[in-house]
Amino acid sequence: MGAFILRRLIQAIIVMVSVAFIAFLLFQYVGDPVVFLLGQDATPEQIRQLRSDLGLDQPFFVQFWHFLVNAAQGEFGLSLRQGAKVSRLLGERFPATFELAMVAALLALLIGVPMGVYAALKRGTFMSQLFMTVSLLGVSLPTFLIGILLILVFSVWLGWLPSFGRGETVQFGWWSSGLFTLDGWLHIILPAITLAIFQLTLIMRLVRAEMLEVLRTDYIKFARARGLTDRAIHFGHALKNTLVPVMTITGLQLGGLIAFAIITETVFQWPGMGLLFIQAVTFADVPVMAAYLCLIALIFVAINLIVDMLYVVVDPRLRVAKAGGH
Amino acid sequence: MSIPSQAIRVAVLTSLFALSAAASAQTLRVANQGDALSLDPHSLNESLQLSVDSNAYEALVGWNKKLEMVPMLATGWKQMSPTVWRFDLRKGVTFYDGTPFTADDVVFTMGRIAGEGSDMKSYSNDVKETRKVDSHTVEIETKTPLPILPQILSQVYIMSKKWCEDNNATRPVDRRKGIENTASFKTNGTGPYHVRERQPNVRTVFVRNPRYWGKVEGNVQEVIFTPIANPATRVAALLSGEIDVMEPVPVQDIARINANASTQVVAGPELRTIFLGMDQKRDELLFSSVKGKNPFKDKRVRQAFYQAIDIAGIQKTVMRGASRPTALMIGPGNNGWTEAQDKRLPYDPEAAKKLMAEAGYPNGFEVTMNCPNDRYVNDAQICQAVAANLARIGVKINLQAETKGTYFPKILRRDTSFYMLGWTPSTYDAHNALNALMRCPNDKTGDGQFNLGSYCNPKLDELTVKLGAETDKAKRDAMIKEAFALHTEDIGHLPLHQQTLAWGVNKKVSLVQLADNFMPFKWISVKTK
Repeated sequence: MGAFILRRLIQAIIVMVSVAFIAFLLFQYVGDPVVFLLGQDATPEQIRQLRSDLGLDQPFFVQFWHFLVNAAQGEFGLSLRQGAKVSRLLGERFPATFELAMVAALLALLIGVPMGVYAALKRGTFMSQLFMTVSLLGVSLPTFLIGILLILVFSVWLGWLPSFGRGETVQFGWWSSGLFTLDGWLHIILPAITLAIFQLTLIMRLVRAEMLEVLRTDYIKFARARGLTDRAIHFGHALKNTLVPVMTITGLQLGGLIAFAIITETVFQWPGMGLLFIQAVTFADVPVMAAYLCLIALIFVAINLIVDMLYVVVDPRLRVAKAGGH
Repeated sequence: MSIPSQAIRVAVLTSLFALSAAASAQTLRVANQGDALSLDPHSLNESLQLSVDSNAYEALVGWNKKLEMVPMLATGWKQMSPTVWRFDLRKGVTFYDGTPFTADDVVFTMGRIAGEGSDMKSYSNDVKETRKVDSHTVEIETKTPLPILPQILSQVYIMSKKWCEDNNATRPVDRRKGIENTASFKTNGTGPYHVRERQPNVRTVFVRNPRYWGKVEGNVQEVIFTPIANPATRVAALLSGEIDVMEPVPVQDIARINANASTQVVAGPELRTIFLGMDQKRDELLFSSVKGKNPFKDKRVRQAFYQAIDIAGIQKTVMRGASRPTALMIGPGNNGWTEAQDKRLPYDPEAAKKLMAEAGYPNGFEVTMNCPNDRYVNDAQICQAVAANLARIGVKINLQAETKGTYFPKILRRDTSFYMLGWTPSTYDAHNALNALMRCPNDKTGDGQFNLGSYCNPKLDELTVKLGAETDKAKRDAMIKEAFALHTEDIGHLPLHQQTLAWGVNKKVSLVQLADNFMPFKWISVKTK
């Protein structure tokens, strides 16, 4: 177990440095922030001065080295556009994204798993056909369209829910939460549904497929032969065994939710990291973009690590293979 | 939708009801596509930031609803000599914190904008010294005669010396070093409103300044300013009544907002002029099929391009009426614009073909056109339309439309043969456009810095320098006219249009729309139910 974790950690570090390098490399070509910083009336002298102040006139590898050293300490310098520490900006924005992703993930799980189970057990019924058709829509409709449609129906036509922002928040130290006010909950519903729909359908289809697979296996037949109740077979044996792949997907999707909430956040003006990232891209704000990519990589790496370890806990067969090494 | 032709120099005033509505606690919710970067009025020279700050801070000189210059913190000004101006300051004005406004604050502000970290340095480049004469009189001496000093000062918001010193904010926020100070998040101006709450990029809440010296015509007590970047969300928020005013309205949503019973679009011409530029300097174009020579050096080619562009078609189909075709590099509302000179060469593809043949390109040629796709209203679509127009005279355009983040650095390096740009003179005066867009480029001095095709006419340069120092308005205007005539004759650029400002407004709100796209809250009223 120890060796396994160590090996995974080393892999994680390699991944992180590579991501940092790629991020930094790409951003060399994103654009020139100086133009945005100085506006239309700047003189060439001012432009030169700012370039040297920002270190943009230094050689590539010098810039990258500074970047890496600082990044390792969680320090990504200053946002060129906002003039504030990037770490602070991300810290301010992280709670919004995290809460949105969590609510979306919960929605996806709490609705997706039962729907998948139902569709597998009651194959061929009207309801399960309906679920499958609707889920196809969920997978194929682009996120921004779903968001805009929800806004159109629930904000513009019905006027039930707000169309943008996070509403009233409560502050706990550096963490701002919208989950302790009614206004906050009203604001989170539409973006969370938008973000959850793809995951929900994915989970539902996955649970259904896995469940059907498991129901065909011998041990289910034996269980039936032993005269266990349907309930025990379905939920005690079948469902439990479908959960390994579902766990992997959910874990990775959680990373995806946090990372790619960009579109949802843009549509709903949700003040999270995705919105920060988009604003940074528009203004060629290199430090923010670099920090964001590294943070996302870190989240993915961490989630992967946790999922791998959870496997070992859930599936005893892996325990032997993995722990033994080669 | 048509543009009111009388709206020249004039802002559009919606008066759905009399402005005399009773002053009760009214909240106005405003959404813009972006946010002010900082509340410090000297840290960024950008219209949105200055517009937001203008509600809390004031300059010596201001603009009225028709964009005519009016006294603000200065009650009067006169030129003592060609290089010395004297300003009489308004008495009885206090800053939000209660400190009286005096000459010391003006001297301090002029020093602040000239100092480290300031983005308004260019507004003080020509100022030699600012002197206090007595507690309510200052003299500003310029290095050279500077007839447009009052216009320039209209963008310089006065800050309190005492407050800045007490709050460690004597220098503007320096984004290069990341030094933030109180002025980034708080305001202490003489203006009609004061910022009560500031969450950058989320919301900014303004409340009335109880000490305001002037008259607030509107009845708005509180303004909640929210950035909403996504245009569809912005429109939805307006339609659902979550916000009262939003800008800009995407051209394609104008009809929808007007169709809604409780909302409407308030539109008017903007000061910004959209135009195309051509590389007229290199001996061979960087991105063209013509080798060994530069077709844009030939005036006949430039004229052919000009006459091949169907500007009325672009106005109708691409801009859906929301533009004002122009022949000049500045629009109405700027000093130096005249209706007489604003006459386009006729759209005439046949004549254009003939000109191309005369110039030796009967079959046209190929050239790359650079275009932004997220900076001006329907910018990339305009370029597509131009490309289609030019195809009719045999010119094949390779259109490169890209985001402003990569676009501007490229064209500012002059790494282009044919490009689009939009320009609003920051002084509302022709000199700014002549100096930045039409003078021969000189990278040491910054002359012609945005003349990216290096159009060059020494006569125009000479006039620009002369009129910059000319203090006699009539003579000055005559020189502007002559300079524009030269540029038009040369076909130095291809002016396209002034885009239309479009704000989405709930019908319970009445407001004044200014052509410089500023939004003064003091002229906004919300109908009480």
